[in-house]
Amino acid sequence: MSERATAVWSPFAAGAALGALEWFTFATAGKGLGVTTPFETAAVLAQRALAPRRSRVERFVQARGESPAIDWEFALVAGIPIGSWLASRGQPAARAVPTLWAQRFGPSVASRYAAAFAGGALMMMGARTARGCTSGHAITGTMQLAASSWLFSTVMAGTAVVAAKLLFGRR
Amino acid sequence: MQIASPGTLAAGLGSGIAFGALLEKGGAARYEAVEGQLLLRRPRVARLMGSAIATGAIGMHVLTRAGVTQPSIKPLHPREQVAGGILFGLGMALLGYCPGTGVAAAGAGRRDAMVGVLGMLAGAIAFTQIYPRVKARLEADDRGVVTLPEATRTPAWPWIAGLGAAATGSLLHSRRGPELTAAPA
Repeated sequence: MSERATAVWSPFAAGAALGALEWFTFATAGKGLGVTTPFETAAVLAQRALAPRRSRVERFVQARGESPAIDWEFALVAGIPIGSWLASRGQPAARAVPTLWAQRFGPSVASRYAAAFAGGALMMMGARTARGCTSGHAITGTMQLAASSWLFSTVMAGTAVVAAKLLFGRR
Repeated sequence: MQIASPGTLAAGLGSGIAFGALLEKGGAARYEAVEGQLLLRRPRVARLMGSAIATGAIGMHVLTRAGVTQPSIKPLHPREQVAGGILFGLGMALLGYCPGTGVAAAGAGRRDAMVGVLGMLAGAIAFTQIYPRVKARLEADDRGVVTLPEATRTPAWPWIAGLGAAATGSLLHSRRGPELTAAPA
């Protein structure tokens, strides 16, 4: 599927708008954009609900030193798919297997889903280890010149580029 | 467990709607865009992020100077950020979305992204299981909350000017590209 299949904004315009959204969120809520803390919250709440003793989830909560909260960022992450859904209306339905993936790995939906699941899991484990992701560290943190975020972002980007090249081979 | 006020939740939700809409309209909530960027074939995502960072940096500098807001940054724990960065990079190359674009793509109906979000939930649960065992080692090297200007004993404005220059340069280069490579008449 080509990028131009449907009208998209200039990435410079969309990026500047995202930067301006950060001004707004900092000015009004005292927070920047971030996505992965709510996943940690959801993980704690799910284990508390489904297997509070077996999972020993309170051991994690104590070690982490932070109480899980349904807070501003949780609502932010809930809003993301609403916004993207609204913005995507009128577009043709996407394929289950992206063309770029299929060109390298074949058309199997099961393979694509397995990779997506495993990749998502690995990525989130990395995000929570580092306490941030491409949004929280690489945008919100780097824009504030945070040393932690510059370190994470450099390591993350370098690893991701090398890993992508290895996955796709020489093409 | 804490729950924020309805006003705070509404503000977060509204900000999230804007965030998701911008990622989708910016063309970033697509496997081809994200993986294409990692493969260094398509510059869209880097241009979007770079513009966000430059714009955000300028605004934050102004807002903090004006006393409107305060910085909110994570402490420098090198082991956390390096180990986390490596795991994250591997996972992102395999999934072909980041957490924000993945959640946005799921909202826009991309099914592989929805599966990716399920994987993210599983990864978060796995993290809660592993963290207590590795916490001490991860946090042993704590350099505290520090910015690059502070660490290098330089003022902030050259860094911010540098980010602005890089984003502007990228914009100008993107506009000139076709002219530079156009065949002579």
